[in-house]
Parts: sequence; C-alpha cells; structure tokens
Amino acid sequence: MNFLQPSTWAEALAMKAAHPEALPIAGGTDVLVEINLDHNRPDTVMDLTRVADLAEWATEDGLVRVGAGVTYTRIIDELGDRMPGLAMASRTVGSPQIRNRGTVGGNLGTASPAGDAHPPLLASDALVELASASGTRRVPVRDFFTGPKRNAARKDELIAAFLIEPATGPQTFSKVGTRNAMVIAVCSFALALDAGRRRVRTGIGSAGPTPLPAPEAEQFIEGELDWDGRQPPSDAAVARFGELAAAAAKPIDDVRGTAAYRRHALSVMARRSLGWAWQDYRVGWA
Amino acid sequence: MRVGESVRRPDGAAKVRGRFEYSSDLHAPDMLWGATVRSPHPYARIKAIDISAARAMPGVHVVLTHKDVTGRNLYGLEIKDQPVLAHDFVRYWGEAVALVAADHPEQARRAAQALKVDYEVLKPITDAEAALAPDAAKLHPNGNITRQVKIRHGDQSARADIVVTGEYEIGMQDQAPLGPESGLAVPEQDGSVELHIATQWLHVDQEQLAAVLGLPPEKVRLTMAGIGGAFGAREDLSMQAHACLLALEAGRPVKMSYSRTESFVGHVHRHPGRLWYEHGADRDGRLVYVKARILLDGGAYASSSTAVIANASCFSCGPYRVPSATIDGIVAYTNNPPCGAMRGFGSVQNCYAHEAQMDKLAAELKMDPVELRMRNALQTGDKLITGQTIDGPVPVAELLKSIAAMPLPASGEGKGGDVDLTKLPGGVSNTTHGEGVKRGVGYAIGFKNIGYSEGFKDYSTAKVRLFTKDGKARVEVHTAAAEVGQGLVTVQAQIAGTELGVNDVVVLDADTNVGSAGSSSASRQTYITGGAVKTASEAVRDRVIAMARAELRAPSGLHIENDNVVTGTGKLVVPLATLLGDEVIEETREFHPRQTFPLDAETGQADAHMQYAFAAHRAVVDVDAELGLLKVVELATAQDVGKAINPQAVEGQIEGGSAQGLGLAVMEEIQLKDGVIRNASFTDYLLPTILDMPPVRMDVLELGDPNSPYGLKGVGEPPTISSGPAIAAAVRAATGRPITRVPIRPHDLTL
Ligand SMILES: Cc1cc2nc3c(=O)[nH]c(=O)nc-3n(C[C@H](O)[C@H](O)[C@H](O)COP(=O)(O)OP(=O)(O)OC[C@H]3O[C@@H](n4cnc5c(N)ncnc54)[C@H](O)[C@@H]3O)c2cc1C
Repeated sequence: MNFLQPSTWAEALAMKAAHPEALPIAGGTDVLVEINLDHNRPDTVMDLTRVADLAEWATEDGLVRVGAGVTYTRIIDELGDRMPGLAMASRTVGSPQIRNRGTVGGNLGTASPAGDAHPPLLASDALVELASASGTRRVPVRDFFTGPKRNAARKDELIAAFLIEPATGPQTFSKVGTRNAMVIAVCSFALALDAGRRRVRTGIGSAGPTPLPAPEAEQFIEGELDWDGRQPPSDAAVARFGELAAAAAKPIDDVRGTAAYRRHALSVMARRSLGWAWQDYRVGWA
Repeated sequence: MRVGESVRRPDGAAKVRGRFEYSSDLHAPDMLWGATVRSPHPYARIKAIDISAARAMPGVHVVLTHKDVTGRNLYGLEIKDQPVLAHDFVRYWGEAVALVAADHPEQARRAAQALKVDYEVLKPITDAEAALAPDAAKLHPNGNITRQVKIRHGDQSARADIVVTGEYEIGMQDQAPLGPESGLAVPEQDGSVELHIATQWLHVDQEQLAAVLGLPPEKVRLTMAGIGGAFGAREDLSMQAHACLLALEAGRPVKMSYSRTESFVGHVHRHPGRLWYEHGADRDGRLVYVKARILLDGGAYASSSTAVIANASCFSCGPYRVPSATIDGIVAYTNNPPCGAMRGFGSVQNCYAHEAQMDKLAAELKMDPVELRMRNALQTGDKLITGQTIDGPVPVAELLKSIAAMPLPASGEGKGGDVDLTKLPGGVSNTTHGEGVKRGVGYAIGFKNIGYSEGFKDYSTAKVRLFTKDGKARVEVHTAAAEVGQGLVTVQAQIAGTELGVNDVVVLDADTNVGSAGSSSASRQTYITGGAVKTASEAVRDRVIAMARAELRAPSGLHIENDNVVTGTGKLVVPLATLLGDEVIEETREFHPRQTFPLDAETGQADAHMQYAFAAHRAVVDVDAELGLLKVVELATAQDVGKAINPQAVEGQIEGGSAQGLGLAVMEEIQLKDGVIRNASFTDYLLPTILDMPPVRMDVLELGDPNSPYGLKGVGEPPTISSGPAIAAAVRAATGRPITRVPIRPHDLTL
C-alpha cells in the first residue's frame, strides 16, 4: 500500500491529480473500518490530517465556510450557535472518540444514506466545495448525493469545505435508533426554519438510497405557517406536514428496521420537529 | 482476604490501564497465524475441496481439511455430532471446512479465501417447527429431535375456572464476550501440544482435544489465558482443535484470533424459542395447572441443547406451587447457527412466558400482579413439578415483597422547559421532549438450578500448599477453575485465607496439571471449586494444628489467626512461620456436592437438581408509544445469594446479569435470513450502552443454604432471568400492547 501525506492543500490537490485512485483519509472512522473488515483494499491512501487549512473555519460573504477536516466535537463546541441543526446531529454521532476524530468531510465522502450530517446540511441548503488542481466548484448539497455511497466529486477532486448560512431561524434534528446512544440511524429528520425568507427546509436520513429533502412538505407548510402572528399551525396542517415528509422517503426493509416503520417514524418526527421549531420561533426568534 | 470482604481483583488495575494480557495478545517467537475457511451456505454437500491455490499463496505453511484430522473428526459436549472440519455436509452458515497457517494473519486470511470448495447447495431447514415435520430432511442420523422432555405432574385432567393462554417468541441472543475466540498452540518435541486458551473448562477441552488429535490426554496440556468474558460462549470448542492441528502439522506455534464477525459464527448462541402456555387457576388466583409446549431451535449441532431443554422444561412454570403440570419441551436440529449455553441456560426463555402468563391471570382476576405471585409462591418443603421436594430457603414471597416495597423513581420529565434528553426514550437523538411518553412498571421472578443436573458428575479439585516465604507464611491455591471475569480468583484466595488464617494467599494460574474443576458455568464455581478450596484448606489446617499440638504440646482448641497459631481465647501459641520452618504442607481434595438423578423419560420426575437460586426484578420503563422507543428508567432487584463471599463481586454479577437480561428484552438479537446471520457485527448487533442500562436498586439477601459451603448460593445467572421479563411487563403496562416477542422492536410497538 502506498501512503501519501501532503502537508499543504496545494500539495494534496497535486497528489490527487497525480494519483486519482488515492483514497483520502480524514478521521479514518469510516476508512479504517472498511479496511479492517476487508471491504476495501486501497492501493494508495492519502492522509489529509497534516493539511492545516482543512481543519479551519471562517466566515466569508455571510456564509460560514467549514473545512472538510473540522471534527464533530469542534462543530458542537465552536459552531453550535451558527448551525444548531448540524450541532445537534453531531451530538448523536457515535461516541466521544468518534466525534473527536470523525469529520463532516468524511461523512460527505462516504455519502452513506445514514450519514447524520446530511439531513441538517440539506435543511440548511449547504454548499459543498470541491477542489482539484484545475479549479474549485461549489455544489448545492441537494445535488451532491448521486446514489447509495456515491457523490458528485470527480476522481481528481477533494472535498475542501462546506458552506452554510448562519441559522436564520430555529433548527432541529431527530434520529431514531434502537438504542439510546452510539447507533446508526434507522431514520432521521432535520428541519430548519428561515424566518427572514419565510422558508422551511427539510432533510431525511436513512430512508432512501440517498439523503433526501421533502420539498412537497416544505412548500405545503410554508403556506400554512402564520409567520407574522406566530400562531401555532393547525393540528391538521401539522399532520399533513408529517404525511408529506413521510411520503418523500423511499425506505426499504433492512436489518435496522422496516420500510413501514421508517415512514411512520418520519411522520412522527416531522410533526414533533415542526412543533419544537415553531415554539422556538414564537418565543425567541427576532 | 476473608470471606465476606469486598476484596479487589488482582487484575483490575491492569485491565483498566490496558495492560492485561488477553488470549488475543499471546505471542511466541516464530509463530504462525491460523485462519479458517468457512461455509458460505447454511446447508450443502461438499463435493470436493481443492487446496492447491491456497497452498501456493505466499507465506502459507500448512493447509488442512477433514482428511488431516489425526483423531476422531467429531466432538460435542453432550452428543459427539459436530465435525472439527466438515467432511460430507456443512450444516450451518460459517461452519469450519478447512484451515490455513501462514506467516502473517493477512496471508492466512487471503489463502483461506483462495481455497476452493465445490458445494452442492441444499435447501436449509431454518425453522424448528419445519424440522419436526415428518417429511423434513434428516440433518443427523437420528433425526431432527435433539431431545424431548416430558413432564407429567399431578392430575392430568385438571380443570380450572379461570384459564389464560399465550404464545411467546424469543429471539436469538449472543453472549457477545468482548474478547474474541483466541489462543496459542505450541507443539513440543515429543509430539505433545501446549495450548494457551481462554476457556470455561480446561479439562473438557483437554478430553475433547485428545480424542480429536488422537493423543493421550497427558500429551495435550492446557493453560488458562487472559479471558475477555464467556457467558457460555466458551463451553464448546471453537479454535482449540484447529490451532492444535495446525501447530502439530507445522511444528511451530500457531495463534488464532477471530474477528468479531467470525466470532459470531465461532460460538453457540442462546436458543431462540416458541412457547405455548395455558394456565388454569381458581377464582382466588391459586394455580390449578400449567400446560406448556416449549420448542427451542438448537441449530445445526447439539452442543448443550439437551441440558438446556431440560432446564427450560423443569423451570417452565416459574417458582410457583403448581399442582398439575403437563410440559413438553423439544429442542430440534435446524440449519441455523448452533445454540448452546448462555447465562440463564433455558430458564431465560421460559421466564418471559410464565411471567407474562401470571400477569394475564392477574388481569383476568383483576388482582395485583405481585399479590397473585405471592399467593402462589413456592415455599420450602413444596414439591416442584419434577416431584423433587425443595429444601433450603425458598424466599419467593420475600423477594417479591422486597421489590414491591422499594420506592419508585421520580416521574419523568414533563413537556416543555429544559429537557434532559439523556433521561428520555431516544436519548440524545432528540426524538421526544416528553411527547408520547408513557411510564409502565412491571414485575418478574425466576429461578434455576445451580450446578450440574440429572446425574451429571459434579466435582472440583483443589490443591492447597502452605509454606514459609521470606519468613512469612504463604498459601498457594491451585485449581483448574476458569476465572472468566466473575471473580473466582478472589473467591479462592478469600476462602483459603479464611480457613487458614493466613494473609498472603496466592492463586496460581489454572491449568491441567491439577484435577478438573468442572466448568465455570451453571453459577457453580464459588460453590464447587470454593468447596474444594475450603476442604483442602481445612485438611492443611488440621495438619498444622496437629503439628502444633505435637511439637509444642499445646492444648486443644487451637486455630490460626493472622499468621499465628493461637489458643481458643486468641492467645499467641506460635507464629505460623516459626512452626513451619522449612516444612511444606500440601493437600489436594475433591469436593462433591449432593447427587442428582436423570429425569424420567415419560414423566420428567426426579431429584434432578442440586440447588435452586431465585431473583426478582421490578422494571420501570418509559415508552415513547408513538415511536416505539424506550428507556428503562430503573431496575430494582432482590436476590438471595445465601452468603455474599465478595459483596462487591456479587453486586457486579447482579448488575451485569440484569444488563444482559435487559439486552435480550430490548435490543440484542442475531437476525437470520434463510440461515444467514445478517448482523454479525457490533454495528448492528446492539448491546446496551450506559444510556440504556439504568441504575440498579438491589436488595441482597443472605439467607444461608444449610447444604452449601458458607451457606452460599450461585449468583451469576439468576439476575439474567427475570430482568427482561420485568421490562416486557412494564412495556405492556405502559402501552397496553401484548408484547409476546423479545427483543421488543419499535415496529412491534407502533404498527
Ligand atoms: C463506532 C462508530 C460509530 C459511528 N457512528 C456514526 C454515527 O452515529 N453517525 C454517522 O453519520 N456516522 C457514524 N460513523 C461513521 C463515521 O464516523 C462518519 O461517517 C464520519 O463522519 C467519517 O469521518 P472521518 O473523518 O472519520 O472519515 P474517513 O473515514 O477519514 O473518510 C470517509 C470517506 O470520506 C473520504 N474523505 C475524507 N475526507 C475527504 C476529503 N477531504 N475529500 C474527499 N474525500 C474525503 C474518504 O476517502 C472516505 O471515503 C461511525 C463510525 C464508527 C467507527
């Protein structure tokens, strides 16, 4: 096995151009499991942990740009106020050890339908910044997931960062698992209210071949919400929102749960999430 | 180090610091690594095996198949039905077919992948009921019934005013010891082999290995290696014979260490089962009869199925007075993974059923469920359904009274405000802030046998040596008893220390240089090996006292205290070290508990068991009824341990056992599809975390059994029996759903 260890971002991009087959390693919490279980025998791996830029975050043009190598622990500690939905999702990832090493960049790289960062990224309309020796592009996260464990990055590209607008309204994340910690999602749901633009955004995890938004549910509830008067939506509207969110999922039966249960749980989570977010909006959001 | 003290484990600090040497850490210069070729089919005929590609792989030294098994290619704890390496058929997914030894473990694994086996794939039988059908393929020469137990007790035509029935299903649980199957086999010049192994019973491994290897037992020597849990998973051979065969062939040490995935096929599991029950009672709630059919899936090979089904049948009614019982217990061969021993050993499955039935009966009679149980509580002198009169303390009513009287935990978080997610169903996954959450309280009690049953010879051997070292008295205790994490190592030292009044007690490594101790199973070692250490220590003490009296003309009534020989009133006679000088006093003793007898084939009547132990649990569970997620808020338990030899270790057993019971109730299940395990990893075989396992409120009773050393009772298994059924009862109480299957899955509670 060849081992590449760039120390700058430019070097990393040059190496990736020269070795498009090289498998990047950030926290390694997916890669090493794959190798240990012999699901993957990469010829070349590229350790990205020496690239300091990747572990930085900064605000630029009203967006927060978070390097692909920022860990879950740091997102919780440093960015919880700007991206509460993602921070909430980060708290549910694995154990403290996994959160100390695991990164959102790695979660995007794996692009598992069960990746917990994905629903809040969808609900925040995040952008994923992809870079290669020949240039940089920003892909809306809704276009990033192209299939089960497949994403929009080319062979010669690396994930540089993701960009999120600081929260413009309440955000929530909920995840159903069959134990109360350290569990892969049976299904998950993220919701973000954009108070300024009066928009509602959603993200569904672990209930389809890719993470999914629920656009019909979003459109429906945007029209139902009393943004000015801040009165609670009717029970019927909340229920309908739940149904539409569940209908957006494309779940299957697998070892973690049944398709029917996933749909049911999504409708419950969507309803509850809307209730919590709206309550926050009513009492606290300027 | 005295009986009754919470003596610390000698290996505790090393384990916490990561310095303890587990069997998977063993190493020898020049050693090879073994790997196993396993069947990808649950049922197939082996047409041909081609080892040439594997043999030609880099680093490979040895490739072995069934042809290379030097002795008898069959083994098994009760029935010798399992090949060391499959020859004609493979009968379960993951069955061992061939072996490879190579310089590097990865080379061995890749060579194992390169080995070609030509299979004729057959349709597997993956359901125990289907295995019993008259036209089902015979998986073994004597058919698919591994054992049938019939219990016919009392009036077989009894009728009752109140009748409740139920059908229950139990999933397949794994022992999930954190240490994988591993060990090191070292061949010697004389053709013998030394095996360093983490096992539950050195001598039964030795006996089986000698037969498989075609060697006399003295040429197969075993030493206990650092063990990472057992819970029944290490009673059968796993890699023992494989590593020895490879080492003897290669002429070099061979190490094997399973991955987690391989571990799931490398040991037996808890039997899944289906149980049909009918309870009849009078209008006062007194049981009139119990009828039950218990069908356990034993999987492809017998392992300890015949004893498990006996337990499941003997304890099928729970610790209650049952005037009439008609019980049919069957364990069948299928092409599912083999099942055998796991903590609770047959009493776990039936407890879910009999306790659900008692709650049904209480509901039918509009009676408090604890009151109903008290009314039927078994008492000393009662006859069991096997006809045995139960002696010693039988504190069924006391245990129930104790858990019912314990204060209930404060009610859960209400809606709104700052919620502590860690206290709610779903935990930090933020699925509820109180919405949909309902609380339920449930009760359960169970019992089982301690030690071997049905005439199986139960004994242990201990060698105790007393001598002076550096001017001080020292005691060495040597047994073959397996320390599997339960704390036997302190128990042995505490007993020798107590009997001999010596402070410096060392427990030597367990090996086959001393007589058998029997297995570390059936909650028996503190009783049986503890008994052996006590008996041998007493023999040493008698010689010391005789020596003191002879040499010093001392009076009678002498004993040893704090390294000194003292008079009856505690006056110093002579320091032990002075008395001993260069003398070494050594005694070896066997300890045999009272005899048991086999169940009658037609009626199931016999004095089949030696001791009985009881535990009761109360569970408080919050259920998010809309999402089907749950949080066990508290487990409260009461257990009679007879005498707590090491109180802290007892607490550990009760907490750990309760946790393992909780696991089966709410999440632990090997999921099978057509005989194939779908979740052979800790990613998808879920074990409880600290957020799933609540604090345990416990009442440890020490009622003293007149028959046992110090009055002790086995402690390890009872907590595993009733904790899960109490949780199931609490979920029933919270949701009103029948809950007839465990583990309880979210979709069972919502759809
Ligand atoms: C015990 C355990 C529990 C876990 N629990 C959860 C959980 O609850 N929720 C969850 O979502 N995940 C969980 N995971 C999975 C894993 O931790 C996450 O997916 C994590 O985000 C991966 O990040 P990493 O930095 O470790 O990625 P790595 O393993 O280093 O990489 C993952 C993938 O991304 C690629 N990659 C990494 N960085 C880049 C880059 N800059 N550019 C291009 N490609 C890149 C890699 O090549 C690889 O394909 C768990 C894993 C373990 C071992």
